[in-house]
Amino acid sequence: MDEYILIFRHQDGQKVASPEQLQIWMKQTMDWIGSIAAQNKFKSGTGLPFDDSKVVWHNNVVTNGPFGDIKETIGGFIVVKADSTDEAVEFAKGCPVLQGEGNSVEVRKLAKNDGVH
Amino acid sequence: MQQELIPHLFRTEFRKIVAVLCKTFGIEHIEAAEDIASETFLTAIESWPYKGIPESPVAWLYAVAKNKAKNHITRTQLFKSKISAELKKNLPESGEVEIDLSEQNISDSQLRMLFAVCHPSISVESQIALALRILCGFGIDEIANAFLTNKETINKRLFRAKEKLRDERVEIEFPGESQAKERLETVLTTLYLLFSEGYYSETQDAILREDLCVEAMRLTNLLIENPSTSLPQVNALLSLMCFHASRFPARKNENGELILYDEQDETLWNQELIAKGIYFLHQAAQGTSVSKYHLEASIAYWHTIKEDTHEKWENILQLYNQLLQIEYSPIAALNRTYALSRANGVEEAIVEAEKLKLSNNPYYFSLLGELYSAVNKEKAESNFHMALKLARTPADKKVLQRKLKKLLNQQL
Repeated sequence: MDEYILIFRHQDGQKVASPEQLQIWMKQTMDWIGSIAAQNKFKSGTGLPFDDSKVVWHNNVVTNGPFGDIKETIGGFIVVKADSTDEAVEFAKGCPVLQGEGNSVEVRKLAKNDGVH
Repeated sequence: MQQELIPHLFRTEFRKIVAVLCKTFGIEHIEAAEDIASETFLTAIESWPYKGIPESPVAWLYAVAKNKAKNHITRTQLFKSKISAELKKNLPESGEVEIDLSEQNISDSQLRMLFAVCHPSISVESQIALALRILCGFGIDEIANAFLTNKETINKRLFRAKEKLRDERVEIEFPGESQAKERLETVLTTLYLLFSEGYYSETQDAILREDLCVEAMRLTNLLIENPSTSLPQVNALLSLMCFHASRFPARKNENGELILYDEQDETLWNQELIAKGIYFLHQAAQGTSVSKYHLEASIAYWHTIKEDTHEKWENILQLYNQLLQIEYSPIAALNRTYALSRANGVEEAIVEAEKLKLSNNPYYFSLLGELYSAVNKEKAESNFHMALKLARTPADKKVLQRKLKKLLNQQL
């Protein structure tokens, strides 16, 4: 069984949602992760709060947040166990982040620590 | 009168004497410690019927145990070569061995024994058997009964476990700082399983079952009484045990048949234990870490509220979502899916249930039967039949037959 990271990519991290909307997304996300965990396919994961985030550039230039010049931001990720890329993609399809137009979930296989990869 | 007194004292005092003697002699002399404790009770059985029950039976037992221990030490050849080395560390000037049966030393010894018995080098099954024997004073018959096996198997298991403790030279002490966390984890697992053994045991002996749970709670409490082991996850475990134990009187009918949660008479739930569970859950909330015991205790807390509200099932669902991320188990996955049906609706739960792929698990089909009952009677029936085919215990079969009957009555 391989491990895949599902990276949540938000087109615009500055969009402000209502507390009610946030509440709904949160529950949907928790249920989605719970569903993967109930299949014994959850490995790890975390959300990435936008508050107090920094970007370090070439020549150690530091700017606030991954906003402004960068159009796309990462909102979080989870690592799942899956038999195939197809299975990992099926998990990704349920991600509530995809309800936002322009948002995407990137599915990438983790390199195995076996000296080959 | 002594017919009841001696078994009672055996249950409460045997383990204390064994723990103190083990701590004094070292774990490699665990059998000698057991022998001395047994002989002490034999002496009581021989002498009390004729001489009368002493004014303070416990003090009498301790005095006899002390004498026997001292005789054993002077008599045995082992003394010079083996025990003496261990004893020299805390031997007073006089050279006289002091067997300290004070309350303080008893609980200290039992706590250390708990860590020794739950040593990672021995199998969990053996840890439980050993804990029942050494720390709970259970007879071999009772242990065999609890595990639904025979005396020989238990004797062998105990023998091998003791041998292992000797081979590994397990010290009767608190593990050092570096090991403490990992070792405590093993201790908690054993206590958790000891409790479950009692709670879910198939044995018909109801008193024995409750005893197992009471002992698991007593030992957990021992950890809580000691400041260095009264950690959040330990309090959470005791909280969980209190909540479960509160339903003991309501779980079985007069024929010993299981009564499911929905059908229980909640006036039989023990409110005092529920209050204790809440107290320990509050204690457990100190600190920032969330263990699986925290989550399971919180789930058990919501179950102490009989009324079905959306809030209740939404909370239970989210707790199971978290629990499964920490530790997957088929039963947690099934319970999560049931909670999902109550919080988000049956349709979504059926879709999720079909993903679980637990097709050799009777509870999986039982859950599917339950979920389909409201929307597709035929599918419900075939799933209950599948569950019946896979069910392992008579109690489970009975529950399933009741569910099938209820379903078929609905159809008419």
